[in-house]
Amino acid sequence: MLVSVLNGFAIGFLLFILAVGLSLVFGMMDVLNLAHGALFLGGAYLGAALAGSWGGFLAALAVAAVAGLAAGALLSLMTEPLRNRSHLDQALLTLGVAFVAAEALIIVFGDDPLSVPAPPGLDGSVTVLGATYPTYRLVLIGVGAVLAIVVHVVVERTRIGALVRATVADREMVAALGVDNRLVKVVVFGVGSLLATTAGVLGGPIYGARPGLDATVLILALVVVVIGGLGSVRGALLGALIIGQVDTLGRLLLPELASFVLFAALALVLVLRPQGILGGAGARAR
Amino acid sequence: MTAVQTRIPVADAPAEPNRLRRGLPRIVAVAVVLVLAAAPLFLAPFATTTLTRIVVFALFAVSLDLLVGITGLPSLGHAAYFGAGAYAAGWVSINVTAEAPVPLLVGAATGAVAAALTGWITVRTGGVFFLMLTLAIGETVQQLANTWEDATGGANGLTGVPSVRLAGEPLVNAGYLYWYVLAIGVVGFALVWLVARSPWGAALRGIRDNEPRMRALGYPTAVYKYAVFVLAGSVAGVAGSLLVAQQRLVTPADLSFLTSSFALLAVVIGGAGSLWGACLGAAVVVLVRETLGASLDGHGPLVLGLVFVLVVYLLPRGAAGLRWPRRDKGRST
Amino acid sequence: MALRSTGLRRSFGALAAVDGVDLAVAPGARHALIGPNGAGKSTLFKLVTGTMRADAGTVELGDRDVTGLSEVARCRLGMSQTMQHASLFGSMTATETVALAVQRHDGSRITPWPRRQRAVRERAEELLAGVGLAGRGSTPVPSLSHGERKQLEVAVALACKPSLLLLDEPAAGMSAAERARLVEVLAELPADITLLIVEHDLDLVFSVADAVTVLHLGRVLLSGTPDEVRASEDVREAYLGAKRREELFLG
Repeated sequence: MLVSVLNGFAIGFLLFILAVGLSLVFGMMDVLNLAHGALFLGGAYLGAALAGSWGGFLAALAVAAVAGLAAGALLSLMTEPLRNRSHLDQALLTLGVAFVAAEALIIVFGDDPLSVPAPPGLDGSVTVLGATYPTYRLVLIGVGAVLAIVVHVVVERTRIGALVRATVADREMVAALGVDNRLVKVVVFGVGSLLATTAGVLGGPIYGARPGLDATVLILALVVVVIGGLGSVRGALLGALIIGQVDTLGRLLLPELASFVLFAALALVLVLRPQGILGGAGARAR
Repeated sequence: MTAVQTRIPVADAPAEPNRLRRGLPRIVAVAVVLVLAAAPLFLAPFATTTLTRIVVFALFAVSLDLLVGITGLPSLGHAAYFGAGAYAAGWVSINVTAEAPVPLLVGAATGAVAAALTGWITVRTGGVFFLMLTLAIGETVQQLANTWEDATGGANGLTGVPSVRLAGEPLVNAGYLYWYVLAIGVVGFALVWLVARSPWGAALRGIRDNEPRMRALGYPTAVYKYAVFVLAGSVAGVAGSLLVAQQRLVTPADLSFLTSSFALLAVVIGGAGSLWGACLGAAVVVLVRETLGASLDGHGPLVLGLVFVLVVYLLPRGAAGLRWPRRDKGRST
Repeated sequence: MALRSTGLRRSFGALAAVDGVDLAVAPGARHALIGPNGAGKSTLFKLVTGTMRADAGTVELGDRDVTGLSEVARCRLGMSQTMQHASLFGSMTATETVALAVQRHDGSRITPWPRRQRAVRERAEELLAGVGLAGRGSTPVPSLSHGERKQLEVAVALACKPSLLLLDEPAAGMSAAERARLVEVLAELPADITLLIVEHDLDLVFSVADAVTVLHLGRVLLSGTPDEVRASEDVREAYLGAKRREELFLG
């Protein structure tokens, strides 16, 4: 039971790192980035290729960060001409990109599932309140919590964060005020993607790297975003922690119906609070 | 009053060319069906099988077009109902009977029930939420197919499905099977086509164009969307039963996100809202997948992804029909 | 009363856009709702139509309390509206647009199979002719001029067989000639249809209305005949005050 709760936290924080980018990109630009899962998968494969030693693991993180930033900026530029088109067009574009990216990864790394070793020293397990638990996951909880605090502080306390929040709240108003937020959009898209690839590297030792993982984590991230409320950092955190627990608990208790448990949670939230737990009323109207 | 207000017979004048324009598609439609029906007499069995796949996929794409193109509900998880119908039809063929209308009806009913169970939540959401939810539903159903091994055979799929039987005779011959699939496909297409041209279909297009306005006109739009969602699920279920009749096998891949995307691609290539277009798009998608699939060593999604990107940039008009009311944009003009 | 609201209230955050409005519209009246910018006219309109839910207060249509009903249900009970932004159906012709409203309200069954709807079409064309759009029926809606689309809005609203017709700024963005035609169309409406018009253009209001309610800062400032409203110091003050602010902004 304790192990399950800890697993829930580890996955929850990982999901937060993944989902917060998706949520902010959507909140700011009204773009549903379906390539987000492929970014995670890219990070996971990088981890699989480089990890094994601390140097390799850190190198994977660094490469993933740079690649994620670049990919996000590129995606931002690609979606820019579609600003006034329907959600479906944007979704189709990012979907196309996701397919290309995922297939390219399979061509490079093959389609066998790869396991990713945790960095040396973290690959053992420790005893927590009498239960043995993998050290890496425990560290992941810590790293995730730190990252969550950093993102929260940046979005809630800094000037650029204020602009991001203002754009989420009322895009047209910010544009009407004459603020040129194109650069901010590129940066948010880039950072959101960076977080996704980083989450991929960090999640590698848990999920491994395999074809189809991109879709799995994309769905988890979407569920988190819908549950938490679009464009809200705190919502993404809350949603991620809830889904982390629900998912691990579901797998423990009802292994065959785990995915249904997830969907049931989603349906429940949508019926009771359609705008998400922490989403404002306005977020849904647009 | 002014001259503008007097009724002038000019309003009736366009009726003539209309009649001509209306007559021609009818002739073309009959000709196409005849050619399709005669095709197995001239084609090699392999080509007939490919044609069978095209018809199956076309019916699936048409059911999706009813949602995406006619009603403006962009589903990313429509394969869930296609696959659910296929699994149910396969299961009933193995365990109960493969006698003709039974797998078909079971497939239709399963697609409808699955859509009815999931639809009420999805149709009450709009825009991007609808995309997300249908995507999530599709993935959920696929994972269910993967894990519920007793009923679905898990990752290996449901194997050993017997041939469909018509009046006791199993349809083993590729040509007979094709005629069976074609007959059901044409009936299914006609059904969707009639719905799209009905007063009810006009209301669906109204919802696509401007849902708030439809509500103000007294249309309970959620009920309409729910009904069309269930109908589309049911037609997809029929297509699924045809799929299993042709493949004699169902795997989780058949209800995957990839299958949904292929169907969406067929709809978009054909021009959303055009049911004929969806059929043509389906033919293109199946042919490309079968011919390129082999030479690309199974990396079909790579091509699919590139095509998606190209279609979005190069065919904005084709994609323009997909638009549904955008509350934020519609107002400023 | 054809329409009565009691204590209607709706706030956005700290701003009470509609702050306890009592409104009574007599059957057959041509009732205008005016007020300077930000008076809460649009919000009140949405509360009456049911597009927006009120925080407090009731709306009665005829003798019936419709507060809890959706706009769909209110429309079925005889409340019809035109919208400020004439955004109709982009893929349809004028006749098809009106027919969509007719088929919902003339008792014809909305079947999921094709059927000839001669009566529906004829009624739609009749309604189009009634608002001055005869012969424009086969024109796609996006090809109509702004003024024509506004006329089409009226035809669509009438197709719902309303007992109460709500018009949200029907003259907004119209040319002088189009306005004159709109006044004619409104004057020709059957007397048993009650009209509630939200409008900016005071000339149009005073040429059509027989009762006027002035809204100011979310409250009713005055309800009376057009003459009473014209003579009122308070109204002049409210408008002039607003004018002065506007001039400050524009100047």
